[in-house]
Amino acid sequence: MNLHEYQAKELLKKYNVPVQEGIAVDTVMAAEEAYRQIKTQTGNNFAVIKAQIHAGGRGKGKIEGTEQRGVVVAKSIEDVSNVAKNILGHKLITIQTGAAGKIVNKILIAQDVYYPGPNPVKELYLSILLDRTKGRNVIMYSTEGGMDIEEVAHSTPEKIFKEWVHPGGTLQGFQARKIAFNFGLTGEAFKNCVKFVTNLYNAYVGLDCSMLEINPLFKTSDEKIIAVDCKMNLDENALMRHNDLAAMRDVTEEDPTEVEAGQYNLNFVKLDGNVGCMVNGAGLAMATMDMIKLSGGEPANFLDVGGTANAQTVEAGFRIIMKDPNVKAILINIFGGIVRCDRVAAGVIEAYGKLGNINIPIIVRLQGTNATEAKKLIDESGLKVQSAILLSEAAALVKQAVA
Amino acid sequence: MSVLVNKNSRIIVQGFTGTEGTFHASQMIEYGTNVVGGVTPGKGGSSHLDKPVFNTVADAVKSTDANVSIIFVPPAFAADAIMEAADAGIALVVCITEGIPVQDMVRVKNYLSEKNTRLIGPNCPGVITAGEAKVGIMPGFIFKAGRIGVVSKSGTLTYEAADQAVKAGLGISTAIGIGGDPIIGTTTKEAVELLMNDPETDGIIMIGEIGGSMEADAARWIKANGTKPVVGFIAGQTAPPGRRMGHAGAIIGGAEDTAAAKMKIMEECGIHVVASPADIGSTMAKALGK
Repeated sequence: MNLHEYQAKELLKKYNVPVQEGIAVDTVMAAEEAYRQIKTQTGNNFAVIKAQIHAGGRGKGKIEGTEQRGVVVAKSIEDVSNVAKNILGHKLITIQTGAAGKIVNKILIAQDVYYPGPNPVKELYLSILLDRTKGRNVIMYSTEGGMDIEEVAHSTPEKIFKEWVHPGGTLQGFQARKIAFNFGLTGEAFKNCVKFVTNLYNAYVGLDCSMLEINPLFKTSDEKIIAVDCKMNLDENALMRHNDLAAMRDVTEEDPTEVEAGQYNLNFVKLDGNVGCMVNGAGLAMATMDMIKLSGGEPANFLDVGGTANAQTVEAGFRIIMKDPNVKAILINIFGGIVRCDRVAAGVIEAYGKLGNINIPIIVRLQGTNATEAKKLIDESGLKVQSAILLSEAAALVKQAVA
Repeated sequence: MSVLVNKNSRIIVQGFTGTEGTFHASQMIEYGTNVVGGVTPGKGGSSHLDKPVFNTVADAVKSTDANVSIIFVPPAFAADAIMEAADAGIALVVCITEGIPVQDMVRVKNYLSEKNTRLIGPNCPGVITAGEAKVGIMPGFIFKAGRIGVVSKSGTLTYEAADQAVKAGLGISTAIGIGGDPIIGTTTKEAVELLMNDPETDGIIMIGEIGGSMEADAARWIKANGTKPVVGFIAGQTAPPGRRMGHAGAIIGGAEDTAAAKMKIMEECGIHVVASPADIGSTMAKALGK
């Protein structure tokens, strides 16, 4: 589950990780008030306005049909009003949102961290994630902050450092010091960085993050270390023990059809193709999508109905898939093991009957327990449903349907 | 022979008296699996499905000499259950539970590194040695006895592969569902190695998914050590990057996580890679000259 920057920063503060201070607002008036507060706190006219969406590239991204960027420095209250008006409620299109863009419902009015001081500022990079191969958390960091880190990793891999944390304990002092040394920090900034990294790792574990990225990790002109931006991704499996975090979910950032599917316990991912599919099991669902493609179609979705493919789940699956006008055919692929195929077939027939006007070809492939009886049920139902037992037969029927 | 489990395995069920545990334990017993008891904390001393129930795994091991455990404990308590089994000296732990937090599995993996316990899963269908022992949730009847081993990250796709192998006139020795999570106990490579060394297995079906590098690691091992034909399939050729496709581990993070990248490496390592999941069984038969 993704969080917004402002949510992630609130959580980091609870772990004593210093962040760029800011106030999240959803109206122009509140934006003006937030600016006044920030100005009083910092004694500085500058503030940064940051669109809050679940996608990166906001600084370079533009509001649909305008030249308005998603992250802007404002110098006056007029600036703040204008930018807030331009951004709030509008679509921001960035390299990560795709052409569809994302509606901005909140903006963060944040302090300007580039204030003058005795020493030069530094933009650094640090992220924490799971190294699957080692089965350990790894801290990945670089002196090249504020940039696209994948580009840094590609062109100057020697500038990326990694520190693996022993799963038996926490981040050790020597590791935190190594990171601060490699950042080239000294004096107060060094000390602050050691504390920052240690607390950040505790936040990563304590919040059950699956990814935590600070870019830039910023050294101010007065030697403070703060998180200027934060991308936080939480492990959905762990939300059961974090009710407060689960409540931070912003469903407006998610595909509404996927949200609806979740309410039926269906695992659904919307894709751009023309053949819908409904499958039991994640691996078989992906394999079915691949088979659709090899048969000349394009998968319109991933849909895992899980262990119980009954009339209710099949009906919900039909409704969700058919919301997409691009769908030209639907393939149901169920391998009945413990769930009997004839029961699934009865469920399909019942759901089909309830929905009535399905005017696209439906292909039902049922294999496993009582597959032959299931095929007979489908064939004798009088519905416009084609049946198959072997996967290769289903592939041939998809080929016909999209031809 | 076969690998991991056989008719002499002595199996206990953790989460024995729960709905899932009860249903699947009775299916396992019906299959002929040697289930010797179960564990449900607080219900020790009672009896369930005509088998003794124990409070702890240690008690169960003491009384029944169990050497295999299958876990149906809910995700919040599953990591603890795995460590309890390892602590009690169980040699093989099969964890069916789906949805265990990743940080819990980081701790489990570390804990197991100091124990002589092999973990299969979590989030897996389990292990079956055809005709001998079913330690999992798979429909037993599909797995007709034969000489093909299966290693797979996914449940229903394992059944699909086994069914195709049987229909192609082959049969199954042992099928190992290793699970679809980012951190699992037994890797693709380790499971392939077990089957490669099994004199009762003539060919191996290896089914992977997008995400991680386990299939590539297995492929390189096969290239160096393989003595039997391997048929490979990677699910998720059409999956978009950055989206989790059901399984927590099935997500394309980097360039090497894609199905295309994995299939290329597998082909270069001499594996018979199929693009369509419909061709798994027939390709295995061909590879064996049948």
